[in-house]
Amino acid sequence: MAWTKKLLRVNLTAGSLSEEALNMEWAADYIGQRGLGTRYLVAETDPKCEPLGADNKLIFATGPLTGTAVSTGGRYSVITKSPLTGAVACSNSGGFIGAELKSAGWDMIIFEGKSPTPVMLHIVNEQAELVSADDLWGKSVWETDRLLHDKYQDPQMRIAAVGRAAEGGCLYAAIINDLHRAAGRSGVGTVMASKNLKAVAVRGTRGVGNIKDAARFMRSVAEQKQVLADNAVTGQGLPKLGTQVLMNVINEIGALPTNNMRAVQFDGAAKISGEAMLEPRASDGKPNLTTNAACFGCTIACGRISTIDKTHFSVQNKPQYWGNSGGLEYEAAWAMGADTGVDDIDAITYTNFICNEDGMDPISFGATVAAAMELFEMGVITTKDTGGMELKFGSAKALTWCADQVAAGAGFGKVLGLGSKRLCEKYGHPELSMTVKGQEFPAYDPRGIQGMGLTYATSNRGACHLRSYTVASEVLGIPEKTDPLATDGKAGLVKAFQDATATVDSLGICVFTTFAWTLDNIAPQVDAACDGDWSVERLLEAGERIWNLERDYNMKAGFTGADDNLPPRLLKEAANSGPAKGKVSGLDVMLPEYYQLRGWSKDGQVTDKVRKQFALPA
Amino acid sequence: MQRSLYIDADKCTGCLQCEMACSYENEGVFNPAKSRIKVFTFHHEGRFVPYTCTQCDEAWCMAACPVDAITMNRQTGAMEVSEAVCVGCKVCTIACPFGTVNYNQDSGKVIKCDLCGGDPECAKACPTEAITYVDADATGFDKMRAWAAKTDNATAAN
Repeated sequence: MAWTKKLLRVNLTAGSLSEEALNMEWAADYIGQRGLGTRYLVAETDPKCEPLGADNKLIFATGPLTGTAVSTGGRYSVITKSPLTGAVACSNSGGFIGAELKSAGWDMIIFEGKSPTPVMLHIVNEQAELVSADDLWGKSVWETDRLLHDKYQDPQMRIAAVGRAAEGGCLYAAIINDLHRAAGRSGVGTVMASKNLKAVAVRGTRGVGNIKDAARFMRSVAEQKQVLADNAVTGQGLPKLGTQVLMNVINEIGALPTNNMRAVQFDGAAKISGEAMLEPRASDGKPNLTTNAACFGCTIACGRISTIDKTHFSVQNKPQYWGNSGGLEYEAAWAMGADTGVDDIDAITYTNFICNEDGMDPISFGATVAAAMELFEMGVITTKDTGGMELKFGSAKALTWCADQVAAGAGFGKVLGLGSKRLCEKYGHPELSMTVKGQEFPAYDPRGIQGMGLTYATSNRGACHLRSYTVASEVLGIPEKTDPLATDGKAGLVKAFQDATATVDSLGICVFTTFAWTLDNIAPQVDAACDGDWSVERLLEAGERIWNLERDYNMKAGFTGADDNLPPRLLKEAANSGPAKGKVSGLDVMLPEYYQLRGWSKDGQVTDKVRKQFALPA
Repeated sequence: MQRSLYIDADKCTGCLQCEMACSYENEGVFNPAKSRIKVFTFHHEGRFVPYTCTQCDEAWCMAACPVDAITMNRQTGAMEVSEAVCVGCKVCTIACPFGTVNYNQDSGKVIKCDLCGGDPECAKACPTEAITYVDADATGFDKMRAWAAKTDNATAAN
């Protein structure tokens, strides 16, 4: 149990809605959320389909623990085929709408087809209807949120929406829920907009029950909340500094990609760090950070709620940005800060607000701006392309201008909205795109943290830190310390992290729990809540099955082992400073061992043996 | 000794663990919509504020109830609604100046905080001690202590 065992199917072409029983045989093998959503995508779409065509589907999926009292149990994922990468996309978000959807009685929504005109889906418990969104099209996420709350007069209604970036075709558009939480990566928002679906608004008052052994579940949940509270990362570091606790740490070990990954350390790191967010500023004596904040059910509360200095150039004439909203996470601060060379914390807080307001992935946005800045410096992109703006590394003015342009889908923003890969190809320098499978890197340089090179190269959704966060082991010593500069043992480490993370992402909980929890902490909570017996072994097997299912989808979509690669910069240009000085990524050493551990062929294909072992669909 | 729920909104992160604990205790499901304690988010101010019944001694809800469905639990000091007696007239929801007694469509009765019989689940579930259950006569002591500390500092500075 723990599942509601119901899914809502929305045919946008026909404008029809239907209720379906959840496939519980699949749930037993693929759990929920990422795993189960992908299983449905695999069953119902052609891997070769056009991502922005009517044949692609868009799946909102919760996990069995979503909406329960388990710490961080508010997650949902959006699964689709990505227009940025052409690979499977699975973007995970917190906030409150996942739990609300579950409380309304739904495990999953499958959107198919394409609506002839803009619509939004309105759900109140078992009642669901498609409503015209003509009046919302062209509006930002924040304005959409306000208009819907005004219209329905329900302050408790939870809303996920796409903004102007998605409507304008930005290929890394996000779906934003609860104003500042994001299903952020791989352009899942672009797919949503391509279906003329503007928003999903949910109110659930039925609650989440169906817990197999409620008394045992409550005991286990209480025990494991205590484990999170007692851990230095989840109990102290993350609540106090958020993920931004990492900025200075990663810079010191020489793994903070800077200026489109030309360098690995950033002089301005301290100025854009979590610590800097606590410093009172000169103008009003207030720090950037107002408070930390939690997603649904989360006892870690790493979220940042921030303000921008009212006297800062980006907002001095825009009082609508003077209030609090979602502040900087590490990846966003890195992409829009270190990678563009901008050390102005108010400027990057502003661009963070814009990313939330109009629905853009700040990692892909920042990394694309960084690539454009390098091309500008080379004289390949000029002020003729930009209409006068000088895209210099370190320019806060250029950064904020870029954010406004991409958000509005205007002018040079159209080009920046294509992402780093297409931008660099357009200007004849594909080698300068810091991407894998077309998706931009996050904030860890694979020359200084070797496991992350293999992580990026083999990630099923293109470059991503959240598919196997070996930083935990290589930098933080969780669960045990490994040498970040060594390649030995990293293939096994990456595989173990990939499988465990696929499990966590399918349950409805946040991967940040795994700074303190292993599957030994998670399994008892799952077992108390869900039908059947859920051991650590079963959970790990499900994780490995999910990983292989995603891989198989990508192979059928046309990817090969040759796509498990890194840009030449990371393989040939050595790190120029810090502890990793002189190092390149040792991907060539790690990749064959990784294929072997996965049981794949030498060219990276999923073998029939593996397909049979996990009973993958043909 | 009677105890009271003491709420320190500055410590609240808006996680809703209290709402889940409350609804689970009272309704058997995790359902913030049916929680007797509510966390309100003031987004632009960056504030989260848990709010629930303070168990007034001369309770407006109790005085207004025409069928005497609301009575004081002498041990805990909580004003408790007897579901068997409540007729769902909602007069108490009008009488309460704070809005902390509310109608429940599913049962046709009103619901309010009853301090879980003296062991409130919300306080136990709160991860940040934003909600604590303390000596009813000393709910202000933490604040007094904090201000006292500042007073000492001011004296020392002179």
